Amino acid sequence: MEIRPIFSALMRSKVSMILIGVQVAMTLAIVCNALFIIGQRLDHMNRPSGMNETDTFHLGSSGFGEGFNARATIREDLALIRQLPGVAAVTVTNSVPMSEGGWSTGLSLQPKQKTSTADTAIYIVDDHALDTFDVNLIAGRNFKPEEIADVNFGDRLQPASIIVTKALADKLFPDGDALGKSIYMGEDPPTSTIVGIVDRLQQPWMSSSSVDNSTLVPAFMPYGNSSRYLVRAEPGRRDEVMKLVEQKLADSNTSRIIGKVHTMAETRNDAYSGDRAMAIILTAVIAALLMVTALGIVGMASFWVAQRTRQIGTRRALGASKRDILRYFQTENFIITTFGLLVGAVLAYAFSLWMMQSYQSPRLPWYYVPVGFLCLWALGQLAVLGPAMRASRVPPAVATRSV
Amino acid sequence: MFSYYLQLGMRSLRRNPILTALMVVGIGLGIAASMTTLTVMHLMGSDPIPWKSDTLHYVQLDNWSADDSFYDDGRPPDQVTYRDAVALMEAGKADKQAAMFKLALPIQPENKDLKPFRSLGRVAYTDFFGMFEPPFQYGGPWSHDQDASHERVVVLGKEMNEKLFGGQDSVGRTVRMDDIDYTIVGVLDDWKLRSRYYDLTNGAFADPDEFFMPFTTAVDLKQRSSGNNSCWKSPGDGWDAYLDSDCVWMQMWVQLDTPARLAEYKSFLDSYVNEQKKLGRFPRPLNNRLLDVNEWMDDQEVVSRDVQVQTGLAFAFLVVCLVNTIGLLLAKFTRKSGEIGLRRALGASRREVFNQFLIESGVVGLSGGILGLALTGLGLLAVRALYSEYKTVAHLDWTMIFVTVALAIVSSVLAGVYPTWRACRVQPAAQLKI
Repeated sequence: MEIRPIFSALMRSKVSMILIGVQVAMTLAIVCNALFIIGQRLDHMNRPSGMNETDTFHLGSSGFGEGFNARATIREDLALIRQLPGVAAVTVTNSVPMSEGGWSTGLSLQPKQKTSTADTAIYIVDDHALDTFDVNLIAGRNFKPEEIADVNFGDRLQPASIIVTKALADKLFPDGDALGKSIYMGEDPPTSTIVGIVDRLQQPWMSSSSVDNSTLVPAFMPYGNSSRYLVRAEPGRRDEVMKLVEQKLADSNTSRIIGKVHTMAETRNDAYSGDRAMAIILTAVIAALLMVTALGIVGMASFWVAQRTRQIGTRRALGASKRDILRYFQTENFIITTFGLLVGAVLAYAFSLWMMQSYQSPRLPWYYVPVGFLCLWALGQLAVLGPAMRASRVPPAVATRSV
Repeated sequence: MFSYYLQLGMRSLRRNPILTALMVVGIGLGIAASMTTLTVMHLMGSDPIPWKSDTLHYVQLDNWSADDSFYDDGRPPDQVTYRDAVALMEAGKADKQAAMFKLALPIQPENKDLKPFRSLGRVAYTDFFGMFEPPFQYGGPWSHDQDASHERVVVLGKEMNEKLFGGQDSVGRTVRMDDIDYTIVGVLDDWKLRSRYYDLTNGAFADPDEFFMPFTTAVDLKQRSSGNNSCWKSPGDGWDAYLDSDCVWMQMWVQLDTPARLAEYKSFLDSYVNEQKKLGRFPRPLNNRLLDVNEWMDDQEVVSRDVQVQTGLAFAFLVVCLVNTIGLLLAKFTRKSGEIGLRRALGASRREVFNQFLIESGVVGLSGGILGLALTGLGLLAVRALYSEYKTVAHLDWTMIFVTVALAIVSSVLAGVYPTWRACRVQPAAQLKI
């Protein structure tokens, strides 16, 4: 294939070439960065919470007035829920993963340490928590019933024993010997001893930088008149158990409100709604952009074909095959696209740099741009195929016609 | 001449329906993407109270740990402690001042057909109403005396009044909340807040507050905030220790009507903190801030990063669409060289040809703008579906409708300038040769 005539033809319509080139360049820059953002969001959304999300749901109860006995109510509620058919386990907890609300604190290795060694979410639970979250205990033991201390809300938590996630254990004790070690949950003694390690249990906050650092604290501490229950149903019975639990709790005590029941699936959905929306919106932008760019190429190529009908006829009359004409337009498109893509690569990295500086986002991985090259070459060839085929069908006789 | 060129333009566009459709769809998509994101960004970040936003200031005091700043970049905590809020309220040095926090309470309706329900409201001093100016449907705010005497009074939001009293004037009646009766002194009218800018810590786009009660009353009843609470050291045991602690859990706003008053208040805050330092509090260097409404909204990133990135990408997309339109217009006008040559030969000046083709580009822009407007409506519908909390900021208003159509026409005329210029440089002689 002779490239020189294509180049000299292109040089005669520089503006059109530049227009297509600019479109291709911007498309590459936007698509690479948007795809990278989508990828990050999908990774974010796919992180495991560590707990059983398919069979679990949670609900809140809030009583009225000073006369309300929260402790007695919680004990009765737990006993009531536990004996319902289809209930596998139930615990009282201050929060659940992905709920975006909860407690956190810093943990230290020394008393009066200036900055804490690790941040952690606090789940204030009873000895049924491991069973209800359905997490794997990879070392140590569960809480014993006698370890669940009565604490008044507003008083300091001073648990003698705690269970931590593996991520937190490794952060506190990088040598992997966290089990049995003591840490400070605050600036002063007493210390808390790590009696168990679970493989994973996320914090309630999905944007937390230490999302896998969680601590289970054995305590019975109602939040004023409010409490939250996490229930795990037997596999496949979640929905029926949800209705039953809500009904029974509402009937058992009328001096309180039973809040809306949320499945953990709903909680996950809500927690990641922003990430999901971003991924959907960017996907729509990419789709629209590729469509506009492809149609733009079709439009310009059709125009060139129409403009050069007579020249094509002349070439055909001088002996060029249909294949030659097809290849001519394909090569021309390839040259323009490549020129645009080279500029686009620079733009893509510039855009990524701007994102890094303005939003602390990570650097665009190198392979996005070459993959983008392949995709846009393919898009360009597809878009030009129609007009090029039309060009190849121009009969040689056109050359002899005058208009 | 304008209407004749308009007619010519329409006719010429109808002649190549596919090319025209490509251009209109291209502009429509670009306009829709950029206007959808721009509307959300504009409504999110726009001044919620333009007539006085520069006089309302958010108080921040840096009572955080000596070893650790509240934010990594050293900004002071986003809320204040109970003891500082009360000290500043008692000093009363500003033109208006209100400490406040978010509170969830169970409501027990008189009407037995209604089940008790949980409600989210706000605890504040009465100046809250004077500062943020919510409209009242019935009654009005409680008085400063009622603040001082810790009275059990309440102002209901419009929706809550609809729910409990069918929207009737309920002033003077009582509502039972958490086993205590509160007398209703006022009912708000529709208060359309795009963002709940007075409490950004607990969600700029959270649902509106359903009730308001005096700060002093709620503290008497030992009500803790249902919003964010942050401590850098353990507050100690019990309610009194909590009130006395360095935990931050309330917002404090002051109204300062002149720059001089602002400067006075700044120096008052500095001297207050210096006094507290003598008591062993405030271990960090002096770091008080009095941001106004818009500065505080910027500081707390009310316009989320995602929305900014979406808007940036959408405008880049619009540029691609415009480049695309330039190309297609160029193609179209070049094809009409013969026609142009004929007009020129018959006496039309370059200027007339220029006008004719620019108007044709304008027609493309107008059509693209109308399509874009319809698509923007759909886009905002999608945004509301995707982000449930953006109900208040994903709406077209007249300004944005005007901006959309104007943007479409201006950008397509701009896109048309080069092709038009090329078109009117056609040499009649070259085109009339066979």
